[in-house]
Amino acid sequence: MKLHRITALLVRHLYLYRRSLPRIMEIFYWPFLDLVIWGFITLYLARYQSQVPGFVTFFLGALILWDMLFRSQQGITIAFLEELWARNLMNLFASPLKPSEFLTATMAMSVMKVTAVSIVMAGSALLFYSYNILIIGAWLMPFVLNLVITGWIIGVFTTSLIMRFGQEAEVLAWSMVFLFQPISCVFYPLEVLPTWLQVIAWANPAAHIFEGMRTVLSAGASPLGNLAWAVCLNGVFLVMVVAWFYRTVAYCKEHGLLVRVGE
Amino acid sequence: MMAIPVLKASALTKRFGDFVAVNGVSFEIRPGEILGLLGPNGAGKTTTIQMLLGLVTPTAGSIHMFGLDLSTHREEILQQVNFSSTYISMPQALTVEENLCVVARLYGISDRARRVNDIIKKLDMEEFRSKTTRKLSSGQMTRLTLAKAFLTEPRILFLDEPTASLDPDIAEKIRLLLKEERQASGLSILYTSHNMREMEEMSDRIIFLQRGRIVAEGTAREIIDRFGKADLEEVFLKFAREQRQAS
Ligand SMILES: Nc1ncnc2c1ncn2[C@@H]1O[C@H](COP(=O)(O)OP(=O)(O)OP(=O)(O)O)[C@@H](O)[C@H]1O
Repeated sequence: MKLHRITALLVRHLYLYRRSLPRIMEIFYWPFLDLVIWGFITLYLARYQSQVPGFVTFFLGALILWDMLFRSQQGITIAFLEELWARNLMNLFASPLKPSEFLTATMAMSVMKVTAVSIVMAGSALLFYSYNILIIGAWLMPFVLNLVITGWIIGVFTTSLIMRFGQEAEVLAWSMVFLFQPISCVFYPLEVLPTWLQVIAWANPAAHIFEGMRTVLSAGASPLGNLAWAVCLNGVFLVMVVAWFYRTVAYCKEHGLLVRVGE
Repeated sequence: MMAIPVLKASALTKRFGDFVAVNGVSFEIRPGEILGLLGPNGAGKTTTIQMLLGLVTPTAGSIHMFGLDLSTHREEILQQVNFSSTYISMPQALTVEENLCVVARLYGISDRARRVNDIIKKLDMEEFRSKTTRKLSSGQMTRLTLAKAFLTEPRILFLDEPTASLDPDIAEKIRLLLKEERQASGLSILYTSHNMREMEEMSDRIIFLQRGRIVAEGTAREIIDRFGKADLEEVFLKFAREQRQAS
């Protein structure tokens, strides 16, 4: 891997964000709005649902963490879509750039996006609802890292689908992640799911992170077991999805789709 | 003694399902040579170029550049190759200069600012260097994609209808520049165009493709004489009509 090729892609996206209001809004405005709306709903419900301990803590914490996963996925997929919209894929794939460098650059973009969004959301939560995400404690960091990786997995998966099926599959960039939301058990514990769905949710690394978050917040217990599951599942899925991305690139070159994907 | 070719395509074939787009095509390009690739719509020119750029995997045959096999030395080869086509674009929200800077980074060019400046001057792009790419006219856009191709100082350049949307003055400038570059640096060029006069003027040798096969090869003069026609345009029309009748 060559660093100059990865930074070339990053610089290209930074140029883009520097002068695009809609793209800046994607980072600042929407997450902020999300937090404000859900924050008020949480406060309202908390009045009547006081029997659920730490309701606000659960809900706002979950909301912020879920948004990190979402933005991580978006960081990957939107970076690819930008190239597709700009009809720039041919320039990139006919250059010495390797698929691994392309993926690394999009992952770096995703980390930058998550960082910016997290600061906005955590800051707003503190300001408007006196909610401090840091109450999750030292576990917060490994939780966030794992959610970012789950976001990458969904992002690379979605990118491969768009590459393979073309612009018709573009809508997946926004909808795919929500397919995972019910089985991520973001706002409710895993046990409320029907048994058959619990089995599926168990294979989802994000579900273990949100379970872990509730374990820490409600019982103050160690979520090490959840974290171990999340790390293992993330490791396995990341390897699988990257291999699938490589296969998709090969398939597209075989069928002449790489140059037509933007058409 | 003949110079060693910088590019050698051997029995290159591409099938899309049952359809054969390129069928056993073999050719070479020598250092400093301009090779014209001619053929009617759908003859397989773009598919051939895309295989040479590693964007489409050949079904059979091999591609060697600078003595290296493209299937195993993609990175080394593509570092020394570039292309420009009327069909590509560049990120629209970036300025001309920013786009060129990104390309310079991508190819690991040191002294980026100077090189970008030089190429902007060379292609007469100063007046729109700070414009966002979205605002360029089609001729200016073509100049930008040519600039990105020249910027990396390639040893082989693939040009798919490079002068298609340029006014005659700029088109002439570009043709001069291409000739100068090949004189100065031994640049080799594979060139497609539907402008037959330009083809005759520019190409040292021409390959005619028809339904994926090479049907004629040689200098423009040789091809014209071989088919007993008045000029290249007449030869082209003959092949185009034959292809249409067959399909
Ligand atoms: N990905 C693909 N899948 C199926 N068929 C394809 C694909 N790409 C090209 N073809 C077919 O291969 C043939 C050659 O196409 P190609 O674009 O190489 O022609 P061309 O000589 O460049 O034509 P033009 O002058 O119109 O650009 C055409 O019949 C085209 O429909």
